[in-house]
This record gives sequence, structure tokens and C-alpha cells, in this order.
Amino acid sequence: MSDATSAPPPMEAEEENAAKGLTAGTSSPDKDAPRGLWSDAWHDLRRNPIFVVSALLIVFLVVIALWPSLIATRDPQRCDLARSLQGPSAGHWFGFDTQGCDVYTRTVYGARASIAVGLCATVGVALVGAVVGGLAGFFGGFWDTLLSRLTDVFFGIPVVLGAIVFLSMISLSGIWPVVLVIAALSWPQVARIARGAVMTAKQHDYVQAARALGAGNARLLLRHIMPNAVAPVIVMATIMLGTFIALEATLSYLGVGLRPPTVSWGVDISAASDGMQFRNAPHILLYPAAALSLTVLAFIMLGDAVRDAIDPKLR
Amino acid sequence: MADRGEPILRVRNLVKHFPLTRGILFKSQIGAVQAVDDVSFDLYEGETLGIVGESGCGKSTVAKLLMNLEQPTSGEIFYKGEDISKLSGRALKAVRRNIQMVFQDPYTSLNPRMTVGDIIGEPFAIHPDAAPKGSRDKRVRELLDLVGLNPEYINRYPHQFSGGQRQRIGIARGLALNPEIIVCDEPVSALDVSVQAQVINLMERLQNELNLAYVFIAHDLSIVRHISDRVGVMYLGKLAEVGTDAQIYDHPTHPYTQALLSAVPQPDPEGRDTRERIILAGDVPSPANPPSGCRFRTRCWKAQDICAEEVPLLAVPERYKDSDTGAKHESACHFAEDKDIVHA
Repeated sequence: MSDATSAPPPMEAEEENAAKGLTAGTSSPDKDAPRGLWSDAWHDLRRNPIFVVSALLIVFLVVIALWPSLIATRDPQRCDLARSLQGPSAGHWFGFDTQGCDVYTRTVYGARASIAVGLCATVGVALVGAVVGGLAGFFGGFWDTLLSRLTDVFFGIPVVLGAIVFLSMISLSGIWPVVLVIAALSWPQVARIARGAVMTAKQHDYVQAARALGAGNARLLLRHIMPNAVAPVIVMATIMLGTFIALEATLSYLGVGLRPPTVSWGVDISAASDGMQFRNAPHILLYPAAALSLTVLAFIMLGDAVRDAIDPKLR
Repeated sequence: MADRGEPILRVRNLVKHFPLTRGILFKSQIGAVQAVDDVSFDLYEGETLGIVGESGCGKSTVAKLLMNLEQPTSGEIFYKGEDISKLSGRALKAVRRNIQMVFQDPYTSLNPRMTVGDIIGEPFAIHPDAAPKGSRDKRVRELLDLVGLNPEYINRYPHQFSGGQRQRIGIARGLALNPEIIVCDEPVSALDVSVQAQVINLMERLQNELNLAYVFIAHDLSIVRHISDRVGVMYLGKLAEVGTDAQIYDHPTHPYTQALLSAVPQPDPEGRDTRERIILAGDVPSPANPPSGCRFRTRCWKAQDICAEEVPLLAVPERYKDSDTGAKHESACHFAEDKDIVHA
């Protein structure tokens, strides 16, 4: 029999054991331990087939956007008019377009422009939207009124119409004018979501607690509000990425987006969309259009899956 | 009670009205929610002042005003003789080291994205002179130990803790800067009863060890009685009665306090039939449109014409001025009368 005082009461001993179990849990993740928002989301996402398929597709697209020569050995600019509009054949699965260029090679190389425009525009939209919406939500009052009305003004501009007007005025080539115009016209959606998320996060007691400790606005925003308000912005941005790729194709089709010699799906669709040609050689329209649809679909599905995973209401 | 020297916190005529506005662009004020109206009290070193009252009576607004999280409409809050309600910037930051807060809901008062070490260490990041950089980790471990948590928990996230443990983390954060005053806004009302007792005992132990003064806001009368040296009863933004816990609980003179005390559950079935239950008629009036004169008069069984005309001042009632019973304490009623509710 040991000394009674040295033996801990049963409840404390239990707590001690639980504590040890938890401490062990931190070194090797415990299956049953509650997790944070992101690890919970990751846990859900790994089991979601939609996420897995779309993520694999996006990884594949990004890889061929970075290194198109991995799967397309030909030069997209080297065309042979003699082979104009030839159909699919053994060496050239997707056939040839009007200029006699290999449709497969051009479709593979087109991924780069589309994904670059989508990614850059999304980054721009997320930055502008998060800053404007975040400041409006955080400071409230006069700044909220001012920034929210500014957001409304931009929200009122139809994106395609605005983009056509701006892009036909400037005569720069390359992807940057397109990226800038998309970002400048699409940020209000993100700003609204960011404003709402920041206003929700601002109400929490831990923000008040930090304020009571004497924390400045920068600390409140960066350490307390932003990490807790960023999730809906990320979801929105992922979904928007898909629509931006479609928007780039739309603008290129309309002749104001990317222009030849830049290789992009929009440019190819535009070139292939003559009615006569479509009846004679549908392949030159179908392949780039299918690639575009698949990419847009992949990003939107990814965004949807991420939203479902991090929305606690759906759990 | 013996003379305790100068109070460290003096609150004088504190008023907080939240304006009610109409219109989007051209706002016009159409009224005000009188959340706190003319509240005055003192807090002495090392004592606990309990503030009780039902939901919406302005208890939490008082806490926010004390913490300078809201600006008072008028009135002063003196910390050691200095009015802190109008401070800003550096001077306010310096005062914040001495007055800290424990929040009601331990589930929302800790940032879910920060580890316990970051949460308790944040006061040191905000006030770098409070602890030298190298010693912060050690200090956080000490604080965890002080509130009865395992210092090994420093890298855990708040969701890995139970409600009571979270509230201990909140208390440790409040203690980090060695404050003299801690404002507790219903610190245990979100916890289970058994855990409430643990947290209250912890708070009492810390008070003894660190000579803390608490402003303890709650709606649970028995907990307030247990922890408080003095008690203030609030109704609709005003203090109805202030006294030591024995004075308030054994000799309540304000009808509202008497009604509150009569609602405390009686554990002994024998005494239930003999005890008088005061059941108030009606609801609490809207603080946007409070009754004239005494704010309690619409529900008071003693109300007469004078109650509608004159606001009763918070003072020792005339008839008890020379009394040496517990009834000699401040009460804001024209017809204050000692009536033992709890033991009757």
C-alpha cells in the first residue's frame, strides 16, 4: 500500500492519461481528435471523388501548361497549308486546321495562355477584392459606405461589354491587357464576400479580447480577422478561375482578347467557327472547345468541393 | 467594513446611449437605447464587486465601457485618479496593462487559428516590454501552470480543450500582463455547474495570490454571493442597490432585489411553502423608451405617484441612516424597506 497522499484521485489520473494520449496525438495525428477547419476540410476532400478527379485534372493541365512539349513534340507555329483541314489521322489524332497546323499541338499549347490568364486574373481579383472588401468591413461607417458604393458601381458594369470597350480601345498584345481588364471588372464579387466575412469575424470575442489587450488595427486584421475570413474568398476565387478561363476564350472569340500568334483555345475556336468550315471539318472546333469546357469544369468542380468541405453548415 | 483607502477604480455617472438612426445617406437620430444610464460605483484593491441583473440590463455594456471597448456617452472612469474613458493611443495602451477582461463564451473568445502559446503570448507581443523576448515561452508555461493547465499544452489549438479548460486559457491571457483589475463578463455562465465551481475556485485562488480586484458580472445570484465582497444590482441600465453581499442578500431594501432573491431556488422542500414568492407583473420595458422617474415603477407593487415623477437617487435610505443593521446601504427606491427574503 502506498501513501494515500501520493496516489492521485481517480479523476485526476484519468485526466492525466487523457493528457498523455493527447500529447502523443500531436506527434502522430490522432484519428478521432478534433481538427482545425483546414485539416477537417482536407479530411473530407480526400474522400470526395469530385475533388480527386478535378484536382488530378488540374494538376495535369498545369503540368502541360508549364511543359507542353512533354506530350506534344511538334511546333505549334509550324504549319503546312497543303494539309489544311485534313481530318484526324494516325500521326495526327486531332487533324489539321485551316492553316494546316496540327490541332492536337495547338490545343496542348493553348492551355498555357488560358491557365495563365485565369490564374493571374484570379490573383488580381482576390487581392483587390479582399483589400477593398476587408477594409470596408473592418472600418465600417464612412469607409464602408464609400467602398461599398464604389463596389456597386463596378458591379453594375457588364463584364463582357466593359471588356470589349476597354480592350478595343487599347492596342497592346499579350495576356496582360486581358488579365487587367478581367481583374478590374470582376473584383466586386470577391469584395462583397470579403466584406461579409470580415464583418462576421470582427464580431467574435477574440477580436474584442485582442483589442482589450491593446492590439492595433494591423494586428487585429492580419492575425485575427484575416485567417478567419479568408476561406470564403478562396472558394469564390477557385470558382471564378474557371469562369475567367471561359471569359478569356469569349473575349478572344470576339476578337478583342488574345490575338494570333498567341496560341489559345479562344483564338482557335474563333478561327474555327466559320459555319462552312464546321460542316466540312468539325474537329478543328470540337477539340479546343472540349479542352476549354473540361478545364472550366475542373476548376468549378474544385471550387464547389472546397466550398462544401469548409462550410461547417453542410457537415 | 474597514476603510480600504482610495478605490483603484471610480466610476462616476457613466452613461451609454446607442443612437437609433433612420435613413441610409442622411441619417437622423430618432431615439437612443439607454443601455447604461448614470451608473456610479467604486472598486477597491483586491476586492470583488459583483454586478447582477437580468438579460439586457446593461451589465455587459458596463464591462465594455470599463475596458474602453465602447466610448461612454458621458461620465468618467477613474483609474487611480486618472480618467481613462477619454484616453487613446499610447496612454490607453499603457492603462490596458492594468485592466484586463475575461469573456463570457470560452468558445468564441479564443482565436481558433492560434495555438494556446500564441494566445497567451499575444499580450507580450503587444506589450514587448512586459516580458523580454527570450523569457516569453517560459512565462506562458508559468501562466498555464498558474491556471491549472499542463504547460505541455502550449502548442495545442483551442478546439482541443473543453469549455472549462478554454476558460482557464482565457483567464491566463487576462493575467499575462499582471493587471490589478479583471473585468469578468459572465465568466462561468457558459459552463457546466461542476466546471463553474472549478473556475470560480481558481479565480478566488488567483485573487488571493495576486491581489486582483474583480468586477464580476453575472446573472447567477448564488455565484455572485459566493465570490463577491460587494454586490450591485442593475435594472434597465441603472444600479438599483449596492451593498456588501450580506447587506444585499440578508437585508435587501429595493423591491427589485427582493423579487430577484425570491426567485432563487430553495433546495429545502420544508421551507418552500413558508417562503414568499414575489412574482413581478409584465416585462422589462424597452431601454429605448424607459419609464419616467423610477425605472422599476411599472412592475413595482409599491409604486405611487412620486415614483413616476422623481428619479430615486442611489443613496442610503433616510430611515436606515442611523440603523446599525444590514439595511444601511445604498438603495435607489423612494420606499426602501428592509425585508428578509432568503431566510423568511
